[in-house]
Amino acid sequence: MSKGRFGIHGGQYIPETLMNAVLELEEAYNYYKKDPEFNRELTELLNEYAGRPSRLYYARRMTEDLGGAKIYLKREDLNHTGAHKINNVLGQVLLAKKMEKTRVIAETGAGQHGVATATAAALMDMECEVFMGREDTERQALNVYRMRLLGAKVHAVESGTATLKDAVSETMREWTNRIADTHYVLGSCMGPHPFPTIVRDFQAVISRETKAQLLEKEGRLPDAVLACVGGGSNAIGSFYHFIEEEGVRLIGCEAAGRGIDTAETAATISTGRLGIFHGMKSYFCQDEYGQIAPVYSISAGLDYPGVGPEHAHLYDTGRAEYVAVTDDEAVDAFEYLSRTEGIIPAIESAHAVAYARKLAPSMGKDQLMVITISGRGDKDCAAIARYRGEDIHE
Amino acid sequence: MNKRIAGAFAHGKAFIPFITCGDPSLEITEQLVYACEEAGADLIELGIPFSDPTAEGPVIQAANLRALSGGVTTDKIFELVERLREKTQIPLAFMTYANVVFSYHEGPGGEKTGEAGSGTERFIKRAAQAGIDGLILPDVPFEEKEEFDAVCRKYGIDLISLIAPTSKDRIAKIAREAEGFVYCVSSLGVTGMRSAITTDVGAMVRLVKKEKDIPCAVGFGVSTPEQARELAACSDGVIVGSAIVKLCERYGSGCVPEVRAYVKRMKEAAQEA
Repeated sequence: MSKGRFGIHGGQYIPETLMNAVLELEEAYNYYKKDPEFNRELTELLNEYAGRPSRLYYARRMTEDLGGAKIYLKREDLNHTGAHKINNVLGQVLLAKKMEKTRVIAETGAGQHGVATATAAALMDMECEVFMGREDTERQALNVYRMRLLGAKVHAVESGTATLKDAVSETMREWTNRIADTHYVLGSCMGPHPFPTIVRDFQAVISRETKAQLLEKEGRLPDAVLACVGGGSNAIGSFYHFIEEEGVRLIGCEAAGRGIDTAETAATISTGRLGIFHGMKSYFCQDEYGQIAPVYSISAGLDYPGVGPEHAHLYDTGRAEYVAVTDDEAVDAFEYLSRTEGIIPAIESAHAVAYARKLAPSMGKDQLMVITISGRGDKDCAAIARYRGEDIHE
Repeated sequence: MNKRIAGAFAHGKAFIPFITCGDPSLEITEQLVYACEEAGADLIELGIPFSDPTAEGPVIQAANLRALSGGVTTDKIFELVERLREKTQIPLAFMTYANVVFSYHEGPGGEKTGEAGSGTERFIKRAAQAGIDGLILPDVPFEEKEEFDAVCRKYGIDLISLIAPTSKDRIAKIAREAEGFVYCVSSLGVTGMRSAITTDVGAMVRLVKKEKDIPCAVGFGVSTPEQARELAACSDGVIVGSAIVKLCERYGSGCVPEVRAYVKRMKEAAQEA
């Protein structure tokens, strides 16, 4: 069995052309993750530039309204660029810089990872190209402009379903085309080893802070941690430092789209099967011949037919639970959090808020729940307005 | 080593055409195989279309999607191979992606954590029964090959190893365990026609031969007779995909004579090397 396994999941299912590149990346990462200077620089970037640590906010009105668990929101939406994506990107672009790469490429779905990558590339003076499904460039036109403003070149990907999975495929193709000076900044805890581990480690800052902040505020660990799951990077970051804490329920909220009993869904763990795609063995939405299924979610960031291999393993072992949340429930939660707490969450994060609304009332008032608000919802306002029948244009 | 594949390299420089099964139809694919054989092809790569072929350029990507939207399935391709084997003994290799093999007939209601890789056993067994000699999986590198190779060995199919311009120190270990022939990827990037190939393919081939006496065929980017002649001179054969698929795209169901004439030209060029 090859390296980079989480149980049976993970591995390195990529063309031979890329193998030395991922081996070099692994070697560099193993060196720099222990390098005090690298860690000092990264911490400084996270704190001084991205605005960490992010707040752990007690959602009083939501707690009172739901009448169960005491709810805290981990505010990744307050980071620079408006989402958790910056945590991983600052780490990877700094690593690429140390590896003497001069160019970064990235895929993006909703555009948050693309914007974060373009931001870090501007900051660290790297050339940047972002691949985005044509459909997503239309759904998230403002983010396309943002990336260009930051100096990145944005490619609209026409192949396949013209969404996130096609953007990942196209970025992998581009990497095989130009490797020597280029690092692929993968945006989620997926792809070939060592990406799932690197991305998880850079996102683990979320749970490291949550744990310390909650211990300070409440003197104990949470009873449940909720996060949305597409590829799963904010969720694995939110879970990581609690995995060894058996008493903490870890709940990943997948995008059910129009429902897990329909074909218009992106709930990989609920509806997918074991497969091999995009460099990894994990669960994928696919047909009986292994053709990857076209998936659907209102959320461009969760609209992906696979899930990171560590989540697949946490599902297998039962350590984490995965639930499916529909478009309707997510949109309701988007509006609910806006009105209840004055916080407009990303439609991705709204999937976690939606499940919290179901779960919290069944928990005791002495219990603690943490919901990771992975990003802010400004980018989604026009789409949600249209979903509600209002014709708003950005 | 599979006997038919060994035979493919027994008549001078080999010419290996690639066809996407079901583009424009399986009937035409069948005729293309006979036409390629008549025109001098020594081995034929049959592409099983995949929804997301990450190692392919635009030409073969589009062919994959055309074939899939035309209703082609892995089972229909196995039936095609059975029909072919009634009439021809030309060496045949499947070229597809890991998931097409790994997930073959894993029913949607199947156990999520059931026996991992039972699709692989089903696929390779069925392929061997139908008469397939080799299997090429561009998303399965050396580190991941054993789960497929162990089953291939059991059923007498050669799992073909690939080396790339970036492989360098990896070539030796890949060559040592290679079966059938070594697929030398001529260039960085994905499949597709290139005006010039700048890699020192001869040096890659020499590194392979230093480890193991095994045929080396060069593919990716080859389209002209001049390239075929040049690359055949420093290897044992030439593989051409996109240029042929482009003819299928352009001429549709009238592509058979076009492909036949092209393969003949390319085979002759390779033989001149």
